[in-house]
Amino acid sequence: MILVFAGIVALIVLSFADAIPQITWPSFLVDSDTNVEKFGLMFLAVGMFVAVMAVLLLLVDSRKRVPNWTVVLAFVGPAIAALVLGLLWPMISNLIQSFYGNSPWYDRERGEFVGFDNYATIFTTESFQIVLRNTIIWVALVPLASVIFGLIYAVLIDRTRGEAVSKALLFLPMAISLVGASIIWKFMYEFRDASRPQIGLLNQILVWLGLDPYQFLLNSPWNTLFLLVVLIWIQTGFAMTVLSAAIKAIPDDIIEAARLDGVTGLGMFRYVTVPSIRPALLVVWVTITMTTLKVFDIVRTMTGGNFQTSVVANEFYTQSFRQFNFGLGAALAVILFILVIPIIIYQVRQLRLSEEIR
Amino acid sequence: MTTTPPTTADTAPAQPRKLTKAEQRAAEAKTKLSSPWATAIAILMAILWTVPTFGLLVTSIRPQASIQTSGWWTWFTNPEFTLDNYDQVLFGSRTGFSTYFINTIVITIPAVVIPITIALLAAYGFAWIEFRGRDLLFVGVFALQIVPLQVALIPLLSIYVDIGLAGSFWTVWLSHTLFALPLAIFLFHNFMKDIPRSLVEAARVDGAGHVRIFFTVLMPLLVPAIAAFTVFQFLWVWNDLLVALTFAGGTPNVAPLTVRLAELSGSRGQDWHLLSAGAFVALIVPLLIFLFGQRYFVRGLLAGGVKG
Repeated sequence: MILVFAGIVALIVLSFADAIPQITWPSFLVDSDTNVEKFGLMFLAVGMFVAVMAVLLLLVDSRKRVPNWTVVLAFVGPAIAALVLGLLWPMISNLIQSFYGNSPWYDRERGEFVGFDNYATIFTTESFQIVLRNTIIWVALVPLASVIFGLIYAVLIDRTRGEAVSKALLFLPMAISLVGASIIWKFMYEFRDASRPQIGLLNQILVWLGLDPYQFLLNSPWNTLFLLVVLIWIQTGFAMTVLSAAIKAIPDDIIEAARLDGVTGLGMFRYVTVPSIRPALLVVWVTITMTTLKVFDIVRTMTGGNFQTSVVANEFYTQSFRQFNFGLGAALAVILFILVIPIIIYQVRQLRLSEEIR
Repeated sequence: MTTTPPTTADTAPAQPRKLTKAEQRAAEAKTKLSSPWATAIAILMAILWTVPTFGLLVTSIRPQASIQTSGWWTWFTNPEFTLDNYDQVLFGSRTGFSTYFINTIVITIPAVVIPITIALLAAYGFAWIEFRGRDLLFVGVFALQIVPLQVALIPLLSIYVDIGLAGSFWTVWLSHTLFALPLAIFLFHNFMKDIPRSLVEAARVDGAGHVRIFFTVLMPLLVPAIAAFTVFQFLWVWNDLLVALTFAGGTPNVAPLTVRLAELSGSRGQDWHLLSAGAFVALIVPLLIFLFGQRYFVRGLLAGGVKG
């Protein structure tokens, strides 16, 4: 622990002193144009990594009596060093940046302390309020809908013929990247003027029903709903898989007892199935909430955050890497982090509980 | 994931087993809502969940002119087949997906191998070596897995720029490694803890050191866990957009398929012959993994649900 703290203090000092060394790497390490160069670099990287790890372990293993701390360092050291340098330190740096303007906070000439200005901007500007509103809509609706659909489907196909195939159909979208899924759905929503033949299925259905084609992705606020359909479409498979396993784990005697009491059909679902799988429901809910908070790819691919569809994770990207408002971007990332803190606390408590059981 | 009850860990379609009469009856009574309505709803959902993908697949094999003038559902009455779209998207000078396909492979392999190796070692350290502050450190690692990776992106990018690595494969490999570590360590730690203490003790009595125990006792038993996480991490990296977009940018030297596909969707959003074929080029590998490694795929996903 002491080492971790010492490392962070050293990094803060180094950053302020602007002393992080600028290294000129040989060009074959950083520029790879041809496929041969790319694969060569890849094998070099993996090879170097394996070699370093092997040397480390050999050193620890070479003599019979090595002090315990060197063993600990060899096993745990690489991971902890990576996490402190590459995750913990950037988190702290990001937190500091969120109180600064658009230049890096450790840049002594241009870095400008602005206090809570970035947060004030986010919470008082209308365009950012829409972003926050959209995020709340996503987090409220996606887990709810995914769990409901997943649960219904899991119950309906439980112990039917061809269950494995039925599951695979719903689960398939999990294998597709969010970008791919976004393109699939963008095509579903594709709009053509009423005078021309439709090529998007949903608008064709509207036309078949005698209605006018509709701009699904353009008309706010409903377009946010059509975007989150994509994530529901993906996450339902996950919910269904976990819940289906939980349903199968319900002990037979509970069901038998309920059946003898005359509980059937929907009553069975309401009074036996759902209460029995409550822990699994909670896990699925928490997990999908996490995924939803961080959703970026869908908004980015389908609307680019235009037409009032942006969410915090997408706005973070736009502000940081398109507008280069590093201060605002950092503040948005901190907001995202604050939103997951309750989940972290919940998970750590669960961890403690499971350790006790062990 | 911590809170998943152990029974849910294995959801792969179980081998159909002969049930006794009584078991069958119990099973039927269990949760069944059998009625024509139930069947209808299940079928409707299955259709809703497959039609969008199917529509794009059909589109990708129709000629460009037909795609622009009629819906893909007319394909059933007027079947046409062409691979021109795939040819154009893979090798056309304006799209060049073949280059990006190779980038994706070059990104993915180290980004799977490196974090798994580091995490296996760390997990062993946390599970089987006694040292001070171990539990606290482990809880810290555990908490990190839920942290949204967005909080680290801006500082990481400036670090990469400062040390002159920006825009190279290294940044993407390093970042994926960092973001994978907490979850990987946690998972492998759980699996290692489940291995009976007596096995490890016996090896120790035989005079084996930690390195020997790690390789000869634990690794063989961990193969299923490693396979599950490999599949999960592979898909995560292959399908990732945010990390690649931030660190690799849009350069054809480093950017993977997802970045190119997202870009294409923004700049040429009406070119459905390119988008449909491009989407399938990007998803063919994950799809094959899904079809052939469904069991591991499901395990990996269940275990990796809360990755940040």
